[in-house]
Amino acid sequence: MIPAIFVFLYLAAVLYIGIFAFRKAKSKREAEDYFLASRSLGPFVFLFSLFGTNMTAFAILGSSGHAFTNGIVTFGLMASSSGLVIPLTIFFVGTRVWALGKKYGFMTPVQMFRDRWECGHIGTVIFVAQSVLLVPYIIIGIMGGGTTLNVISGGFVPFWFGGAIVALVVMGYVFFGGMRGTAWVNTFQTILFLLFGAVAIVVIGIGMGGFKSAANAMLASPALAPLLTRERISPYYFFSYTFIPLSAIAFPHILIFCLTAEKMRHFKKTVIFYPLCILAIWLPCVFLGVMANRVTDVPEIKAKQEARRVLATQGRTMEPEKRDELREQSAGDDVIMILLKRYAPLWLAGILGAGIMAAVMASDSQILALSTMFTEDVFAFYGHKKRFGEAVQVQTGRIFIVLITLIAYAVALRAPETIFELAIQYAFSGFAALSPLLIAALFWKGSTKWGALASTLWVAAAVIAVAVFQQVVPAPAPGPSIVYGTLGGWEVLSRTPGGTAVFGFMPVVPMVIVSALLMWIVSLITSKPTQATIAKYFSR
Amino acid sequence: MKRILLVVAVATLYILHQDIWFWRTAHPLVFGFVPIGLFYQGCFSVAACLLMWLLVKHAWPGHLEEEIEQQKPEEDRKH
Repeated sequence: MIPAIFVFLYLAAVLYIGIFAFRKAKSKREAEDYFLASRSLGPFVFLFSLFGTNMTAFAILGSSGHAFTNGIVTFGLMASSSGLVIPLTIFFVGTRVWALGKKYGFMTPVQMFRDRWECGHIGTVIFVAQSVLLVPYIIIGIMGGGTTLNVISGGFVPFWFGGAIVALVVMGYVFFGGMRGTAWVNTFQTILFLLFGAVAIVVIGIGMGGFKSAANAMLASPALAPLLTRERISPYYFFSYTFIPLSAIAFPHILIFCLTAEKMRHFKKTVIFYPLCILAIWLPCVFLGVMANRVTDVPEIKAKQEARRVLATQGRTMEPEKRDELREQSAGDDVIMILLKRYAPLWLAGILGAGIMAAVMASDSQILALSTMFTEDVFAFYGHKKRFGEAVQVQTGRIFIVLITLIAYAVALRAPETIFELAIQYAFSGFAALSPLLIAALFWKGSTKWGALASTLWVAAAVIAVAVFQQVVPAPAPGPSIVYGTLGGWEVLSRTPGGTAVFGFMPVVPMVIVSALLMWIVSLITSKPTQATIAKYFSR
Repeated sequence: MKRILLVVAVATLYILHQDIWFWRTAHPLVFGFVPIGLFYQGCFSVAACLLMWLLVKHAWPGHLEEEIEQQKPEEDRKH
């Protein structure tokens, strides 16, 4: 129960920060102040809040869990590639979007698209696609909060109550503090989970008696040695993953965050330090996730390894439901919490638990982004801002925040978590495939609204197709994939244990390429926006 | 020329991410416990940070901010 007390103290602190931000608000009635903190964030808050916004529960729990099952490859797949691609996109796209926002007052990506391509309803289609892809995050954030509080309190806080507390706290500081509150809380959270990695690795390292013997023992074990290499992962799969970080800049909450910086030069520190921040969080978590395989005196870890072994040796002859059950049992999302419980003193486990909570509660900026998008792209666009005024727009945004949180909480109580975890997988690919829209809008004079529509519809169709395919064809046991058709020796479509492959690549690769091609080809054959609009965007 | 070199640097780093040369080995264990593949990717992150520093120093799109700062006094005069 002691760790849970620390977590409750942490929750009280973030709620206070949000309400403090509310008091600091320049105007409680202005949309730009509530949704964008009056575009006034300084370099420090901008760096940490933008980074924190992009780090979800996956950064700590998911990364160590993935590494527990798949080994060191996790870092190269998800962290180091993001450390290159994300700052590049912030450098090239984020700065330009910031400048356009400052110049023309945009508050959402859809506002920019509507203006850039002189379109109305096509913007609404893009809004719908972005919103549908964003909602699972909010649900999974509440689920993660409920589960974490339940585990940290040793079962004392039930899932429904933990989820409700997390939902209320997040809703509270987003409702009162708007973007300013969210940015300050994110900064506080980022500092917490940046410290988490370093402290956790020292505490667990000392507890395990150093890592040298653990690493050597793993190398000597035929079952565990592959986790220290990447021999079980295909280089095509590894390459495919470098497309996933393209999603970051296409996420509306990240792009909206880019509009909050006071000066463009505040992006400099973010661009430079982003790879190091990722390194500081992911490297310890991935390493600890791998090393957890050598913790032989904890029954929970033993049970996970046994489930993994049964799945690998007997999975082929099992029913798909039994395989799924074993996959769930072998999942390592809680290994870092198990390690802390085993090796950290109670008070320290509590502080580190608060660090985990900080990562779990990343749904704040998604909730705020959805509210901003709804009030700007729908409420204001369809004339309600003019009719009712800006104060009503802000109140509508706040009511939207309450509604979306309540709906997400209700869904989180009823639906299985795996559904939303899958939805998030699709969302990453979907947003990555929407990135050509941004590139075309900002860098290509010849792009048109019809090209944008074609890309968006393709992304929606591809995400649905992959989702249906994975629902209809159950995942095979670890080992060879189920192949559907070959062409010149290449496997055209296959169902792999971890998802789907197209010509050996993850679906994100063809999704991005086809999206870019559609944007290009359809734009070539359709009429361009007026010269006046093009001149607005390409003055140099 | 500077821009071309930066483009080459970005492309090179992207290619270096695919370190197939450490694919099937954990040796040497750096500091006695970090597999070489993980150590390499950690170093890659540091290299990415250095590349970002180079981009910010030599290719920063400062004209975007200048345009806005020039536009601001004009707007203030109009008001």
